[in-house]
Amino acid sequence: MGSITLQKVSKSFGTTSVIPEIDLDINDGEFVVFVGPSGCGKSTLLRMIAGLEDLSGGRIVIDGKDMSNEAPAKRGLSMVFQSYALYPHMSVYGNIAFPLKMDGQDKAAIDKKVRDAANILNLTNYLDRRPGQLSGGQRQRVAIGRAIVRQPKAFLFDEPLSNLDAALRGNMRLEISDLHHQLKTTMIYVTHDQIEAMTMADKIVVLNAGRIEQVGSPLELYRNPRNLFVAGFIGSPRMNFIEGAHAATLNAATVGIRPEHMRISTTEGTWPGTVGVTEHLGSDTLIHVQSDGIGKITVRTDGDFPVEHGQKVFITPEERRVHRFDANGQAIQ
Amino acid sequence: MARAISTRRKLTFSILGWAIGLLIFFPILWTFLTSFKTEGTAIATPPQFLFFDWTLENYHEVQARSNYMKHVTNSIVISVGSTLIGLALAIPAAWAMAFSPTKRTKDVLMWMLSTKMMPPVGVLVPLYLIFRDWGLLDTRLGLVAVLTMINLPIIVWMLYTYFKEIPGEILEAARMDGASLMKEIVYVLTPMAVPGIASTMLLNIILAWNEAFWTLNLSAANAAPLTAFIASYSSPEGLFWAKLSAASTMAIAPILIMGWFSQKQLVRGLTFGAVK
Repeated sequence: MGSITLQKVSKSFGTTSVIPEIDLDINDGEFVVFVGPSGCGKSTLLRMIAGLEDLSGGRIVIDGKDMSNEAPAKRGLSMVFQSYALYPHMSVYGNIAFPLKMDGQDKAAIDKKVRDAANILNLTNYLDRRPGQLSGGQRQRVAIGRAIVRQPKAFLFDEPLSNLDAALRGNMRLEISDLHHQLKTTMIYVTHDQIEAMTMADKIVVLNAGRIEQVGSPLELYRNPRNLFVAGFIGSPRMNFIEGAHAATLNAATVGIRPEHMRISTTEGTWPGTVGVTEHLGSDTLIHVQSDGIGKITVRTDGDFPVEHGQKVFITPEERRVHRFDANGQAIQ
Repeated sequence: MARAISTRRKLTFSILGWAIGLLIFFPILWTFLTSFKTEGTAIATPPQFLFFDWTLENYHEVQARSNYMKHVTNSIVISVGSTLIGLALAIPAAWAMAFSPTKRTKDVLMWMLSTKMMPPVGVLVPLYLIFRDWGLLDTRLGLVAVLTMINLPIIVWMLYTYFKEIPGEILEAARMDGASLMKEIVYVLTPMAVPGIASTMLLNIILAWNEAFWTLNLSAANAAPLTAFIASYSSPEGLFWAKLSAASTMAIAPILIMGWFSQKQLVRGLTFGAVK
């Protein structure tokens, strides 16, 4: 079991409030991603759940038990740190075995569990090495191995992939998702990368300045962002926002339309404009268009759409995919 | 491209370096040479440098007159003992200051260091009286206690700087893994700080070995370390230069040899964290 409930959890450093009261339910077996820009309090929140940071108010309930004041190890959670935080003086074996040793388990049981974990993570050939002799991806796997062997109620990941290069990041993303399917253990994952959030999460928690902006499945957030912040944060490239007269015609202060929800044509359409920069991604092409009276708009189109810098084009938004927001930035249903 | 340095420049700096090195080393060399002279040659003018009748007579006499081995044993017990107790106290203290600092941590560190700024003679009388009343005068236990106390600030300071270099996340990982505070210090912090702890230990043994003020004032015979052994050959008349030199040579030899063998560790520890 691994359900975690935050009740009116808050944190302040001195007189500065980092996290005003937060309520959140995380169900057993869920993969929850905390996402938000840097400094939004997502890591602090994770550390509070882990027990590495004291609460200023509220309660953290794990499996029905109030754990707000329990020591980190007593909470039954495992954490994978951004810097991996491996013990440099111990071998890979020693690192993975450490939590079991601290738990006072006997040697044979430790050996079996370490070898099982190493097997799952393809580390069997590296058990005698020191962390310093491993690559970034291997270190990350050791850190995960150390977390797995404790058979925790939930895994906490604090931006675990941000020190890896892009290719490796993609691989590890899959490996972690795979691991979640195998173990079916609750996972809480902190990242500032919305692609990681979209691809891995069952449930995304979007945080901004310590507040929860929206909670929902990746597609819910993509389709029905509750406000401008979520609309702009989820989705890549970013949603286009149009204000002024064009928005007013739709009874909104701001309208938003995603780059992939517009058609572009060289002959006819709603908004005329001039092509600026084009980014060819192969499968897709991103075209940045300067449109009169509207501003800069990014459009995603086919990889083989023929276009040149300075060319006149027309853009037509798909009407049913247009998002409307009021003057406070809240979505209008 | 490496910076080009002319041969002349190299030569000048080499000679200068050697000159300064020899200047600093000269008193030790002179003591060493004097220890092989007769008392007469030792005070001869002009002084004789290498060409005199070398003799081991001083060493024989010094060993006959006093119990060298007893003083060596005392020195070892006092310096190693005070260092080990100091480390046992300082490691948790430095841990607290490095990883769980409060607003006043810097002040506490400064205050500890400030105790080293006071002339020791200022507390000689009260400490002497306490030692007398508690029966600690001329005991190894008393000397271990006093040397532990006077060197503790330096040990804490050195360890604090080494511990600051260790990333806090690793200790947090240990906490998540179920390590108690004690286990965190024993299994994670201490092994990671071994170079720093080793150099602190070596430096402190050297400091304690050479400490003379307290050892001379608080011991007479039973617990007297090598400093007292040397002092017993210095007389106001200054007639025993050669024997004094022999005693000094014998007193510093063990620590000099230890320093020589551990110099790599010492330098590594003292520059720990300077280059990442």
